[in-house]
Amino acid sequence: MMLHGYGSSILDGAWLTINLALTSMSLAIALGLIGAAFRLSPLKWLAVLGESYTTLIRGIPDLVLILLIFYGGQDLVNRIALALGYTRYIDINPFVAGVCTMGFIFGAYLSETFRGAFMAIPKGQAEAGVAYGMGGAQVFWRILVPQMIRFAIPGFTNNWLVLTKSTALISVIGLQDMMFKAKNAADATHEPFTFFLAVAALYLMLTSLSLLVLRYLEKHYSVGIKAAEL
Amino acid sequence: MILDYNLIWENLPLYFNGALLTLKVLFISLALGLILAIPLALMRVSRSPLINFPAWLYTYVIRGTPMLVQLFLIYYGLAQFEAVRQSVLWSYLSSATFCACLAFAINTSAYSAELLAGSLKSTPHGEIEAAKAMGMSRLTLYRRILMPSALRRALPQYSNEVLMMLQTTSLASIVTLVDITGAARTVSSRFYLPFEAFITAGLIYLALTFILVRLFKLAERHWLAYLAPRKY
Repeated sequence: MMLHGYGSSILDGAWLTINLALTSMSLAIALGLIGAAFRLSPLKWLAVLGESYTTLIRGIPDLVLILLIFYGGQDLVNRIALALGYTRYIDINPFVAGVCTMGFIFGAYLSETFRGAFMAIPKGQAEAGVAYGMGGAQVFWRILVPQMIRFAIPGFTNNWLVLTKSTALISVIGLQDMMFKAKNAADATHEPFTFFLAVAALYLMLTSLSLLVLRYLEKHYSVGIKAAEL
Repeated sequence: MILDYNLIWENLPLYFNGALLTLKVLFISLALGLILAIPLALMRVSRSPLINFPAWLYTYVIRGTPMLVQLFLIYYGLAQFEAVRQSVLWSYLSSATFCACLAFAINTSAYSAELLAGSLKSTPHGEIEAAKAMGMSRLTLYRRILMPSALRRALPQYSNEVLMMLQTTSLASIVTLVDITGAARTVSSRFYLPFEAFITAGLIYLALTFILVRLFKLAERHWLAYLAPRKY
């Protein structure tokens, strides 16, 4: 039997890890775009708000944020509910807590990436869109976003890899991802090295595959762009 | 009142000792990591695939797997082998502090090696030509020209790596160490005040981050003064 019969359980965990990473990344992209829009906003207080979001998240360890949002958030929600006269205990699901935390953390990092990418687009592009009679939203979605993607891919790749690896931390709050399953199997069989090595190999496969896909995407979005020859 | 900070205030010494442990683990692993990183970076810039490949594989595997998995492999994993448990190293490897420092050092060595290799590769060509024209040997070239310049130019990126490592040290709390995060977990479970406990930990990390950023700014002003834009 593969890994004393724990193989399939770990693969289930791997599937959950992938789901967690993809769902968190979707939330992070949404928050990152909002954050970037805030930071590029001509309104001073919005820019300050966007900036404090990034600074705050970048200065606090992921693990502390995970514990804060899962345990602290749950506790706070219940305390507020109690104060409002709601007596039933509210339970937060670890997957939801994981997605929220990861999305919130990487949204901050991505807002930095997206901001740089938007700023890298020549001003004339948006002006040309306006000259063609496009509205603000049309300029944003048709002119800016497709070009921004090319500039954002290297930073995005980096963030995706860090996020994928950070999902291992969600096992600490009891989500049954592959790290959690491996820990259980390791405790049951007294063969921790075998199981953690298997998980390391799975993570390495995941990161390698991501690198390949994102490198292809980068090529795809850079079609027709001449690279600077050094 | 929804939040209660009196108990946090009373437990501040626990956080303070935690901060000391965090800094201790951080400095030991950074120092060890840097010592490992320098030979690795030199291997990574080698044109011989026999020398380059092992270093590439090392940094690729370390950078492609989560820190938590590496920590568990060392702390829990190594105990699986009878030979390790019988060896003289076991007295070290059974200590959580030692394992945490070792795992963090290995991790940061891979990242530092890559950024140092990048810095070595971006050395202006003229500097190397000039050194060769002066008749320097390869060793002298590395010792007097390449390394001092590459280490300096890597400083801004290295400061990022140090900040990342400060955050990484929080994982030590998972293997029972009472660092800042560990202190917060203790307070959280003892008094059931998770929100206040972790917010306090977050604020301490934030303060340490600001101090480190400030120190690196000063270091850059000192060692990278020759690259600063000219002031008029």
